[in-house]
Amino acid sequence: MPKVTYIEADGATHTVEVASGTTGRDAAIDNDIPGIDGDCGGVCACATCHVYVDPGWIDKVGRAAEGEMEAELLQFAEDFRETSRLACQIEITEALDGLVLNIPTGQH
Amino acid sequence: MSVSSVIEDEIYSIPLEEIDVSHPKLFQRDTIGTYFKRLREEDPVHYCANGHSGSYWSVTKFNDIVRVDTDHKTFSSDTSQGGIFLDGPAEQSDATGTREGAPDLGLTTFIAMDPPKHDEQRKVVSPIVAPTNLQALAPIIRERAADILDTLPVGEEFDWVDKVSIELTTMTLATLFDFPWEERRKLTRWSDVVTASPGNGVDSWDQWREELMECGLYFKDLWDQRVGGEKKHDLISMLAGSPATANMPFTEFLGNLLLLIVGGNDTTRNSITGGVLALNQNPAEYDKLMNDTGLIPNMVSEIIRWQTPLSHMRRTALRDAEVGGKTIRKGEKVAMWYLSGNRDSEVIDRADEFIIDRKDARKHVSFGFGIHRCVGNRLAELQLQIIWEEIVKRFKKVEVTGEAERSFSNIIHGFTKMPVILHAQ
Ligand code: HEM
Ligand code: FES
Repeated sequence: MPKVTYIEADGATHTVEVASGTTGRDAAIDNDIPGIDGDCGGVCACATCHVYVDPGWIDKVGRAAEGEMEAELLQFAEDFRETSRLACQIEITEALDGLVLNIPTGQH
Repeated sequence: MSVSSVIEDEIYSIPLEEIDVSHPKLFQRDTIGTYFKRLREEDPVHYCANGHSGSYWSVTKFNDIVRVDTDHKTFSSDTSQGGIFLDGPAEQSDATGTREGAPDLGLTTFIAMDPPKHDEQRKVVSPIVAPTNLQALAPIIRERAADILDTLPVGEEFDWVDKVSIELTTMTLATLFDFPWEERRKLTRWSDVVTASPGNGVDSWDQWREELMECGLYFKDLWDQRVGGEKKHDLISMLAGSPATANMPFTEFLGNLLLLIVGGNDTTRNSITGGVLALNQNPAEYDKLMNDTGLIPNMVSEIIRWQTPLSHMRRTALRDAEVGGKTIRKGEKVAMWYLSGNRDSEVIDRADEFIIDRKDARKHVSFGFGIHRCVGNRLAELQLQIIWEEIVKRFKKVEVTGEAERSFSNIIHGFTKMPVILHAQ
């Protein structure tokens, strides 16, 4: 099973093992990782699962496609960055084993 | 929401095609929940051909609401298409005055715009009410909430809506704008004026225009004082101090300010009242709260779901589209009934029960979804959280002592009056 590491804004680190195919949002909610709310249940409608993908991983994970809902929602996120993604749109597979996701200071 | 079984039978015997959930009296009488229950069961995407709000579609289930709310390319919010409320000028006149003939002040608000204009303006306002900025305001809001609660009479009946819900909401707005404290009720007044019409809050359109102009000039003064001043966290200083907004046209500045005032006013006010009522109707939940005040953040989300301060948002189809198996035609009006989506037991466990320690309490549709999702949601939550923390410190119980009077509106789901007696700790 692939591992994902979440790093909170204050540096606290949580590494969890998840079933392949789980989204970054569900993995965080299932493991009670603070800082990811995921209010819409993971259907790309609320932007409260905002994360920064570790720069070393962003090419592998990919960026939000322009013109699609994810990018439209992310433009309003607090402190949007080049590496911003919505965790519910990241599917964690074996290929992403070791993925590092940084959690912003707040979800808006 | 307990409707007697006689009334329930009556509602279930109306021919489906005659059901009209847009009538404000159903909300005022609090029978609306049974209508929505029936639609969710029998016809979740329902067409009403000739109702209070004319012809319109009702979308009543959680997932269908998310579907419409997130498809802004098909479903427009734009004023030019009819905007965000079912009732246009003609229907509103049924209740009170008409908005026909309202002077055009050229004010713009992004809640009733489509991209790209919506996106530009939302980006300007969003950082101001983002969590990090709000943290700076929280201590002042708490202090002022405490002051208001400390002056309330204990052991005698009074109106919770006026003395607490309105006062606390006004206080927060004043804090947000760093508005001159003694004049804070001006904010409440201006917020009411925005949606007023002759005979309904103002005497004439001239008066309406004058009061909003007064509001505009007042804010312009505050703006001028704060441009180039020290960096502060209030909304006006932030707008005046940011390169992106310092040169914003005045009508845009005022339009955005008014949207923040109106958007946060009735909604928060009615969540404060609705929370007290829900706890009184569910004494076991009140006990839970008093035994563990750490539940407050979760309870706040549950209150916002339970109350659903905005009953609906309206969209207009820009092209034919399928929703829940029905075909909505280009040009037709669509109401997303948040009040109904929040009672959809296929998505929300025991949706008809008020449960303050509910798991997944954040999963509700009260703030909408998609690009228009409430930008003030964190402010609303913060405010309610602080208020409840200060209430439970002081009072063993806020007891509701009579009938709550509900608003005559298919938009604002709220209260005009609610008598209470406070019991000190
Ligand atoms: C419990 C309290 C509140 C509720 C239930 C609420 C509800 C809503 C809803 C349903 C929408 C439209 C969502 C959609 O169309 O998908 C909205 C939008 C909005 N709300 Fe709130 N609101 C609340 C508090 C506030 C506060 C405190 C503010 C002020 C800071 C505010 C400002 C706004 C603004 C500016 C928009 C327009 C956003 C856009 O169009 O992009 N709201 N709100
Ligand atoms: S959980 Fe709502 S957008 Fe990801």
